[in-house]
Amino acid sequence: MNHLLIAPVVLPAIVAPFIIMVLRHHLSLQRIFSLACTVALLAITLILAVQAADGTVQVYELGNWPAPFGIVLVLDRLSALMLLLTSGLALAVVLYAIGSGWDARGRHFHALLQFQLMGILGAFLTGDAFNLFVFFEVLLIASYGLMIHGGGAKRLQAGVQYVVYNLLGSSLFLLALGTLYAVTGTLNMADLAVRVAELSPDDTALLRVGAVMLLLVFAIKAAVLPLHFWLPASYAYAPLPVAALFAIMTKVGAYAILRMYTLVFGPDVAATAGLVGDWLLPAAMLTLAVGALGVLGSREIGRLVAFGAITSMGTLLIAVALFTPQATAAALYYTVHSTLAAALLFLIADLVIERRGGAIIAQRPMAQTGLIATLFFVGAIAMAGMPPLSGFVGKLLVMDAARDHELVWYIWAVILAGSLITIIGLARAGSEIFWKSHDDSHIREAEPEIADDDTQVPPEEPAPNARALPFVACFALVGSLVLLTIFAGPMMDYTTATAAQLFDPNIYIDAVLRRAEQ
Amino acid sequence: MEILFASAVGVLTAAGIYLILRKRTFPVILGLSLLSYAVNVFLFATGRLMINAPPVLNKYAEVAYTDPLPQALVLTAIVISFGMTAVVVMIALGAYLSAKDDHIDMIEDADGAGDDA
Repeated sequence: MNHLLIAPVVLPAIVAPFIIMVLRHHLSLQRIFSLACTVALLAITLILAVQAADGTVQVYELGNWPAPFGIVLVLDRLSALMLLLTSGLALAVVLYAIGSGWDARGRHFHALLQFQLMGILGAFLTGDAFNLFVFFEVLLIASYGLMIHGGGAKRLQAGVQYVVYNLLGSSLFLLALGTLYAVTGTLNMADLAVRVAELSPDDTALLRVGAVMLLLVFAIKAAVLPLHFWLPASYAYAPLPVAALFAIMTKVGAYAILRMYTLVFGPDVAATAGLVGDWLLPAAMLTLAVGALGVLGSREIGRLVAFGAITSMGTLLIAVALFTPQATAAALYYTVHSTLAAALLFLIADLVIERRGGAIIAQRPMAQTGLIATLFFVGAIAMAGMPPLSGFVGKLLVMDAARDHELVWYIWAVILAGSLITIIGLARAGSEIFWKSHDDSHIREAEPEIADDDTQVPPEEPAPNARALPFVACFALVGSLVLLTIFAGPMMDYTTATAAQLFDPNIYIDAVLRRAEQ
Repeated sequence: MEILFASAVGVLTAAGIYLILRKRTFPVILGLSLLSYAVNVFLFATGRLMINAPPVLNKYAEVAYTDPLPQALVLTAIVISFGMTAVVVMIALGAYLSAKDDHIDMIEDADGAGDDA
């Protein structure tokens, strides 16, 4: 067994308690350890991605218990891609949090962040459905702490909503798992796939109930309409660097949908064939439409970006819901792009809010307005999916993959209209915030702050050399988006190979259940 | 026993959902707790209902045994839901004390943001 496989879970699980127990009064040491851990995670996931690129499925049996009895971690191309994306994003977020001083505004930021990484990385690695639930809880409980980091009445109230919504989701998850266990007698995903395929068609009523409940759970995580209500308020009131990290959390939901509904309830399973795609596709189209309208209607930049994230989840899930290899490859490319783009815009929104408040109205120019305006322009181009950045490539791929679907005209109409509305919304925000600030006739005095000032603890002036770090983080994200555009060809080769692996679940099942050796 | 069991799960779930739809945080938290009890009881049933049977195999004799896995799952679920309830109580208390208001829907939001929140 390759012990490197469990390192992405174990490393943060060790570093986080160490930060809490030993370094709790030493912020600079916390920063060093957190940064070192994140860099190490990036290196580990890079090695794992290289190992997974040749198409082998690696299995790590915890406690050396063979698969249906013990818990397994599984590394295939999809897991490796998501791991690498997570650790790369985490590095940018840690750099930004250190540079902007956000980690000093409350306690235990770095420990919670490492716990969150442990949960996310574990959820991407695990090959056991109940273990997936446990990792979901780990990442959620850390996210509760991060979401209310810094405190403030509004943030705590939004935090209560967020926690309650997710606790409901967790209860539903357990109900779904219980139902599946009652029908199949197993919770190992590969074993589930085998048993589900063997069920006689008369016994599948409960199975279908379980499959749909599971879809609901993942839809809550992925913020699919009509289960998206937790997202705008949580992301807008959370510390925005944390919201940037949360950009990967909605993708955990998308990942889980992709994993469960290609492996266990795949397109070939008669009991659930078409069930998921038929529900998910219209929901994803609605998500995209509502997200775009939300972008247009937002009066506050954090909320604007949150709705932008919902829009990109809509596009992503349209591609997922088509359930063809080509569409899945496009979805994976768009996953990488939309995570980076949403995180970039959240970080830029934080730069803006720190300098002038979040309201989208013309005010006096802020410090470094040219640089931030440039970054916002780049981020908005990426988010809206305009050339030359990767969002354009991603949307093109998604639309191309939808070509043979019977609803192709609706899908194209929704994506194109949604993009147009998103562009208008982002352009309006950009011109209000950045351009009109130079013209006295447009400047309005800020509305009286809406009880929001108590959430914003006045930032301590960061040391001059630390001030560059937020921009380093932003430019790293911009750079990765540019690389994603330039190397779109190799990237598509990888995601196409990933999709091929996903739609041949026997590779995964054989590796986990060691069927080749028997 | 099946009817008793099923109705217990049903009543707990119904009461939980009713309380979750209330507009102050305290009933909502109670509702979440009731819902998690319902889920835990339900999980027990997924291994089939057995009375007076140990959750271990006996290698000396053919005796009835009950499925041990749901018990392990329930244990995990209890621990997690207990911890989560503690977290949500603390966050709700913090929100109540700092906002002087325990409505769950952030009604003071003057900018209309409460519509979609």
